Amino acid sequence: MEKAVVSSSETAAPPAFLRREAVPLLLFALLLVVPFVARFFAESYLLSLFMRVMIFAIAALSLDLILGYGALVSFGHAAFLGFGAYAVGILAAHGITEATLQLPLALLSSAVFALVTGALSLRTKGVYFIMITLAFGQMAFFLAVSLAAYGGDDGMTLPGRSRLFGLPLLEDDRALYALIFLALGGCYLLSRSLVISRFGRVIRGARENPQRMAAIGFPLFRYQLTMYVIAGTMCGLAGFLFANQTGFVSPAYMTWQRSGELIVMVVLGGLGSLHGAILGAAAFLLLEEWLPDFTEHWKMIFGPFLVLVVLFARGGLLGALRRIGGRG
Amino acid sequence: MSAVILRLEHLCKNYGALAVTQDVNLALLENELHAIIGPNGAGKTTLIHQISGLAPSDSGRILLESKEITHLTMPERVHRGLVRSFQITSILPGFSVLENVALAVQAHEGSSFRFFGRAAGEAKLNRQAMEALEEVGLADRAARRAGLLSHGEKRQLELAIALAAKPKVLLLDEPLAGTGPEESEGLIALLQSLKGRITILLIEHDMDAVFALADRISVLVYGQIIATGSPAEIRENRDVRVAYLGEEVA
Repeated sequence: MEKAVVSSSETAAPPAFLRREAVPLLLFALLLVVPFVARFFAESYLLSLFMRVMIFAIAALSLDLILGYGALVSFGHAAFLGFGAYAVGILAAHGITEATLQLPLALLSSAVFALVTGALSLRTKGVYFIMITLAFGQMAFFLAVSLAAYGGDDGMTLPGRSRLFGLPLLEDDRALYALIFLALGGCYLLSRSLVISRFGRVIRGARENPQRMAAIGFPLFRYQLTMYVIAGTMCGLAGFLFANQTGFVSPAYMTWQRSGELIVMVVLGGLGSLHGAILGAAAFLLLEEWLPDFTEHWKMIFGPFLVLVVLFARGGLLGALRRIGGRG
Repeated sequence: MSAVILRLEHLCKNYGALAVTQDVNLALLENELHAIIGPNGAGKTTLIHQISGLAPSDSGRILLESKEITHLTMPERVHRGLVRSFQITSILPGFSVLENVALAVQAHEGSSFRFFGRAAGEAKLNRQAMEALEEVGLADRAARRAGLLSHGEKRQLELAIALAAKPKVLLLDEPLAGTGPEESEGLIALLQSLKGRITILLIEHDMDAVFALADRISVLVYGQIIATGSPAEIRENRDVRVAYLGEEVA
């Protein structure tokens, strides 16, 4: 009897697997096809647009880990984007363009910032958590503004993309695209593993009922802090890639509006769904990019669209897809 | 004479000027079922909160197996074997019934800082969870979403979760609250079956259940224990009848 219960979702036949995984498979397939199709159109425009989509997908994915799976509304997530980007910029300003040095610094600085701010923020709950993460995000923003040696308010242009083992491998757009694609794939698989693991089950349990989790013996703080650090580090990776994609680093990467956009991407795609976060980032950025072609008043369409999705498509775009695709 | 497993010494708690727990002394014997009764607002739930670590005590000591636990957090107390249930149903509604219990097992079986491998597929966790579900008679509901259970089943599930934590002392805060007569009959039988295997501190308003189940009863009035004794002794106690059972004593 126990077998039957436990394995009800495991013994799914291949068609069910395909159906369940249809959205992520399709998403990644599309992203994989872009560089091959792009060469027949405006290649550099399309590549840079979809690189941005994938970079923000990583950022949204990382936010989803704490926002969607942990129900912790972090309003300062863009700060990690900034830490990752500034690690590239600051090192580059000192002549260090080696990715194998820049990337560890990007990840480490994001992780430390997450550890320190998370340790303080996670002592609060609800609105206070939102406010304190916002405050830390703003602190990071003003810190960047005050870095006069690194462009201050204006930011700074990078001399070139990061070099890999001394070689300018990433100067080619397609190479950078491939790297970002792999990074997104890796983050997605890692996140999937995380949320179904023992660790992830504790995080998900805390979202449902923190008191119950404490009453069965889980000291939640250390689990949530660990997730916060993982999410921050992952977003730091996005920042590293973002600096390389734009060739530019600026405080504008970590405004609170940016943090808000990341939340919108996660909610738009479907809270607590990893491929939902990717879908949300893509939908957000592509609408923002293409709607202005139709009308200069595109924000009049974009705003209500977001409201409608939140109001009527519970579970975001993914929820809507599911309902269209069959049973809800 | 069995040994004392849980001891409360001069336990106090105030909410502002209101003394909710006043100098409570209580010794729980190993494997007894000890009930605490008292009128509404007597401070029964607060006392459970203090013992379980959900609410801090202002003064006094709590000893589990002669070791002081007064300042431990709730999760730390759970790992020492002090487990509670809640008056208002507290489950993970979006998880399956089995996973609700498996999580409680997971809290005690190795580290939960494991980032790989599918937790829901861990046979050892699921087997132990299933045993707890069988014990409370909820095995056939294992795959259901916990939020979809009937109220009585949710109460059963809470008990299964508590049992899966392998408690030495079980603190039950009104396990029968809100259940219909049939449901409570089943739950009473379940508690009866646990009697003698686990030490239980029971708060309950259903007097029939209390007098049927308890080895000993303590009466809490305005935060003070005014009497402790066997059900028969409590029934005959004059103070209790005045203060609680609401009888005029001629």
